[in-house]
Amino acid sequence: MTWSSGTNSSPESPSVELRYLRSLLCVEATFNMDPKALGKLVESISKTVKSFKKSEVESLVILFHGLVGKPDERLDIARLDRSTFRMVLHGLFGMTDDKLMNRVFFAFDKDSDNCISVNEWVKGLSVFLRGTLEEKLKFCFEVYYLNGDDGYISREEIFDMLKNSLHQELSEEETDEGIRELVEITLKKMDYDNDGKISFADFEKAVKEDRLLLEVFGQCLPEEKVQCHQPQKDEGTF
Amino acid sequence: MGVALGRLVQWTAPGHGTRALEKTPLNEAIMKEIIMFAESFIYKYPQEAKYVFVEPLEWKTDLDPSAFESGYVVSATTVKSEESDENGQPLLFLSVPQIKVRSFGQLSCLLLIAKDTKLKEAQACIEGNRNPIAKILGLDYNTVKEESSILNILDKITKYNDTESEIKMKIAILLKQLDVNLLNHSLKCISLEIPLHPAAVKNDIELLKHFSGKGEQTVLESIKYTSDYEYPNGCRAPPWRQILGEICYVLVKPHDVETLCITCSKEGVFLNGGKTDDEEINYERKGVIYKDLVTCLKEKSAKFSENMSKQKTRFNELQKEKNKPNETPKKEAPSALRKAIPGSDKTMLEKNQINFGKSNMTKRLEPSLNWRTTVDSKEHRTSVHEERHGGRVEKSAPSVSAGKAQLIRKSGEKVEEIVSESSSESEEDEEPPDHRQEANADLPSEYWQIQKLVKYLKGGNQTATVIALCSMKDFNLAQETCQLAIRDVGGLEVLINLLDTDDVKCKIGSLKILKEISHNPQIRRNIVDLGGLPIMVNILDSPHKSLKCLAAETIANVAKFRRARWAVRHHGGITKLVALLDCAQNSAEPAQSSLYDARDVEVARCGALALWSCSKSYANKEAIRKAGGIPLLARLLKTSHENMLIPVVGTLQECASEENYRAAIKAERIIENLVKNLNSENEQLQEHCAMAIYQCAEDEETRDLVRMHGGLKPLATLLNNTDNKERLAAVTGAIWKCSISKENVTKFREYKAIETLVGLLTDQPEEVLVNVVGALGECCQEYENRVIVRKCGGIQPLVNLLVGINQALLVNVTKAVGACAVEPENMMIIDRLDGVRLLWSLLKNPHPDVKASAAWALCPCIQNAKDAGEMVRSFVGGLELVVNLLKSDNKEVLASVCAAITNIAKDQENLAVITDHGVVPLLSKLANTNNDKLRRHLAEAISCCCMWGRNRVAFGENKAVAPLVRYLKSNDANVHRATAQALYQLSEDADNCITMHENGAVKLLLHMVGSPDQDLQEAAAGCISNIRRLALATEKARYT
Repeated sequence: MTWSSGTNSSPESPSVELRYLRSLLCVEATFNMDPKALGKLVESISKTVKSFKKSEVESLVILFHGLVGKPDERLDIARLDRSTFRMVLHGLFGMTDDKLMNRVFFAFDKDSDNCISVNEWVKGLSVFLRGTLEEKLKFCFEVYYLNGDDGYISREEIFDMLKNSLHQELSEEETDEGIRELVEITLKKMDYDNDGKISFADFEKAVKEDRLLLEVFGQCLPEEKVQCHQPQKDEGTF
Repeated sequence: MGVALGRLVQWTAPGHGTRALEKTPLNEAIMKEIIMFAESFIYKYPQEAKYVFVEPLEWKTDLDPSAFESGYVVSATTVKSEESDENGQPLLFLSVPQIKVRSFGQLSCLLLIAKDTKLKEAQACIEGNRNPIAKILGLDYNTVKEESSILNILDKITKYNDTESEIKMKIAILLKQLDVNLLNHSLKCISLEIPLHPAAVKNDIELLKHFSGKGEQTVLESIKYTSDYEYPNGCRAPPWRQILGEICYVLVKPHDVETLCITCSKEGVFLNGGKTDDEEINYERKGVIYKDLVTCLKEKSAKFSENMSKQKTRFNELQKEKNKPNETPKKEAPSALRKAIPGSDKTMLEKNQINFGKSNMTKRLEPSLNWRTTVDSKEHRTSVHEERHGGRVEKSAPSVSAGKAQLIRKSGEKVEEIVSESSSESEEDEEPPDHRQEANADLPSEYWQIQKLVKYLKGGNQTATVIALCSMKDFNLAQETCQLAIRDVGGLEVLINLLDTDDVKCKIGSLKILKEISHNPQIRRNIVDLGGLPIMVNILDSPHKSLKCLAAETIANVAKFRRARWAVRHHGGITKLVALLDCAQNSAEPAQSSLYDARDVEVARCGALALWSCSKSYANKEAIRKAGGIPLLARLLKTSHENMLIPVVGTLQECASEENYRAAIKAERIIENLVKNLNSENEQLQEHCAMAIYQCAEDEETRDLVRMHGGLKPLATLLNNTDNKERLAAVTGAIWKCSISKENVTKFREYKAIETLVGLLTDQPEEVLVNVVGALGECCQEYENRVIVRKCGGIQPLVNLLVGINQALLVNVTKAVGACAVEPENMMIIDRLDGVRLLWSLLKNPHPDVKASAAWALCPCIQNAKDAGEMVRSFVGGLELVVNLLKSDNKEVLASVCAAITNIAKDQENLAVITDHGVVPLLSKLANTNNDKLRRHLAEAISCCCMWGRNRVAFGENKAVAPLVRYLKSNDANVHRATAQALYQLSEDADNCITMHENGAVKLLLHMVGSPDQDLQEAAAGCISNIRRLALATEKARYT
């Protein structure tokens, strides 16, 4: 019953984020889980998600189950709804912007059924926590262009995302003016082909030049600060 | 008294000679207290007044002997008191202008005699006797100082029970009381003074600005602050000056005089040393302290004073208007009242003072009319007072409070600490001109764009900030217009503030910009002034490697001047930077760390970069060593990344100026790696390695190590590439130092380096020449090389260099020419080129090193020249010049000149000339020395000079013999030989023999006879035989 060990008895201890997640939840429910079914599920997910170890996947699955909070439901059909997911984003990853949290939810929800399956959960988190720059690039771009079907981030969308980025000392008109200028500044910086919108190629090029631009329109990845607490010695273990 | 004098009295800045007391009311008050104490002493304590001081108080007096009357023996220039001590010494002795006083009784009398000049005498006395208590009571009383309580004193009384010490104790207690009295008194003085306030100063300046400009009617042409930045407390002075109470500095251009640079401080307003060439302000006070800006300007500019009175009415109106909102009618009444009084010049002046600049004070203090009158009368009193006492008639100003005095002392120490940093930091230290872009000037478009971005930095959330930061980076930040634009629109403050936030992205973005713009010297200073360094030093602790990197790189850019380096150290930056070097040790890099992270090696590289900048200060070198930096640097030196090696070697090279480092460098086996990197492709790396070797090769073992690790060959090879002058200078430097070892010289000859060096004697910058010539000087100690230098035609360019002015170069050139001159064939060339005359004229060089080196070089020249005697005589005034150099106080010069004289004296005619110039007494005067080098050459010179006339006798008469005998006790065999020879020559004279015998020469010489050195043996034996013969002769004479 290694999977149930809430304490870190296993030598290959999962990374801090996961430990943190797990510690937050009462995983009593998971005792009721069928270890065989769990094992099978973990096995199948591990085949597609390479950046987590099996033990980590297992923990994530258990966590997912805990979040769903329906101990009787079968694992593979359990779904996480949007509000719970946003709670996770806010509580664990320090996100604050409602709009962006929704967008992140949609980016996780690959099959657009408005809820997140265990597969989507593990996959999403793999990008979220362990993603390579390329994966994160794609993820962020998806978050930002979400509303447009054409695969571009349009001027209007940028305006929408930056709307709250100035402090409200000025009148509404002035703020609007300020935001519009900011949008222009952003486009000038990122719109390499000068078509008034940002394509993935534009985005990729800009970010490769300056990584700070990865989350250019607002936070959509775990907060850097959280990672700060990661003790050095853990880095060497995986 | 001691405490009061030490702590309270305000001395002028330490300058040349004795320090003087400053003319401040506080000092004057203290002085008066002391006078009162001393004057009444004779009446109050007649018993103690007779006590004779351990040492007399001495000073220069202005009193005329004629002022003394009964009780004194008076002559034209001296006065003695009739009162005297047990030994018959007078208790007061005046020999114009020195006066010595040895009792309180006499001191009292003297003050009575001095009458009106009392204050002056007292001041001179205090200035002349910085530690009066020690002089009066003896040193042991002084050592107890502040801690000395009554208990301590009582303890002493019980210990010695005689009357003398009882009186002493009584006096000690009296002085102690005086001390306490003085302290109390000065406290009273201080509490009366009202410091200026930043707001008041600001208001003054604003008003003056209002009335400044072109035209005849304005009071000033211009007035402006030196710094646009205002700290939250209203001050503009940099923080480390603020603790001295300084508020701001203003540049004032009156109509009729030059621009004045004025310091406004809490104590008052005074002229400072003005802007120095490097645009920093010379904070030193010049002249008196005025109570406010207007008073100061009135004193300095007549035109200001005139126009000021014209403007007066308008001024007052404006003032009133300004004050209206928060002014009570009660306050307005007196000012109106004042206005009504039609006054003399004096009252008008006062009126202005009061109205002007006081509005703020009144706001603070809400004073009554009463208060004002007290201030005025006090002012009045002090000025009158000063006039009476013959001091400079200047309105003197409030002085420092006790607490502040302490502060000043503390900060003084701090400043000293800053100043004490090493000298290797000249290049970057000049303060750049601080040109701010004028608001109306044509501004580049970048200026407005940057201003807009800064607006987003200020008013945006994290997302907007990051966007603004990213697009700011797209400007050409290497361009000065952009750098200054960022600063001028207030961007620096925001960027530095961002470093204090929690957001990693903002920090990274901000640091990236700071890193770029801190290449600008002005920006560096602004960053330091805004307190950016402590924050960056803190970031070095961050777990984010890229943050660490950026912070370290920015520090590397900023720490290019002394104050910044001090700040880095002061905030613990050195230890943290050294810790960065350790990062590269975790070789197992995490597979995937944070997105924004850099690699460990990069962290170490940035750390090394920052240390490189910091290591230009001596104290930082020490700090790096203490933090364990050397082993880490040694370890990093084993890597093969050029980017890493350059800063590492750069740091080592910078630090190798310290003895400690050189030892550590040897111990850590760093030389091996330095040598290895000489073979690198990178010119900069080669340069730094060569430079480090240059520094370290002062040490013999290191020179051997360089050879053993095969470093000489690459050095010789690098000589052939002369395009990069910096590198060439470093390489030639390394060759110079290495060639101090003979084995290395042999190697260099093998590698044909000597020929190449000769080729470098022309068309090279001085830095290269110094080293090339230095190296040749070392190489030419060997015969083969001297021949090579001649054959390659090196002598002509060397002699040509004798006319230079670079001191270091001259020292080396003279040495090289001297080394070449050892070869007669070389000497012929030198003689033909008139090199000896050039060498001789260098004896007139002001630098002692050059003088000495030239004199040394002359020795082989005289030895090897044909017709040397004739040649020497042909230099008009040359011999007199040489003899006069014996009056120098530099040991090396003396030794070298003695050596030259030894050679000159070998020619009889020349010996006669130098004898006429008084060489004998001058040499004799030098005889009492402990310096073995000087002893040796002096003894040689004496023995050569004995060969003329009655010089032998003259040496005896000038008491040169006895000291010479003592030379025999030296440990240096060369000294023994030279001395024995000199004594042998001197022993030809009977009187000298007697002196030698009396000083125990025989026994010492007997030892020398047993020496393996033949010359020594012979000379010692000869000397003994002369002495013995004399003894026999005397005996014989006695018996016949």
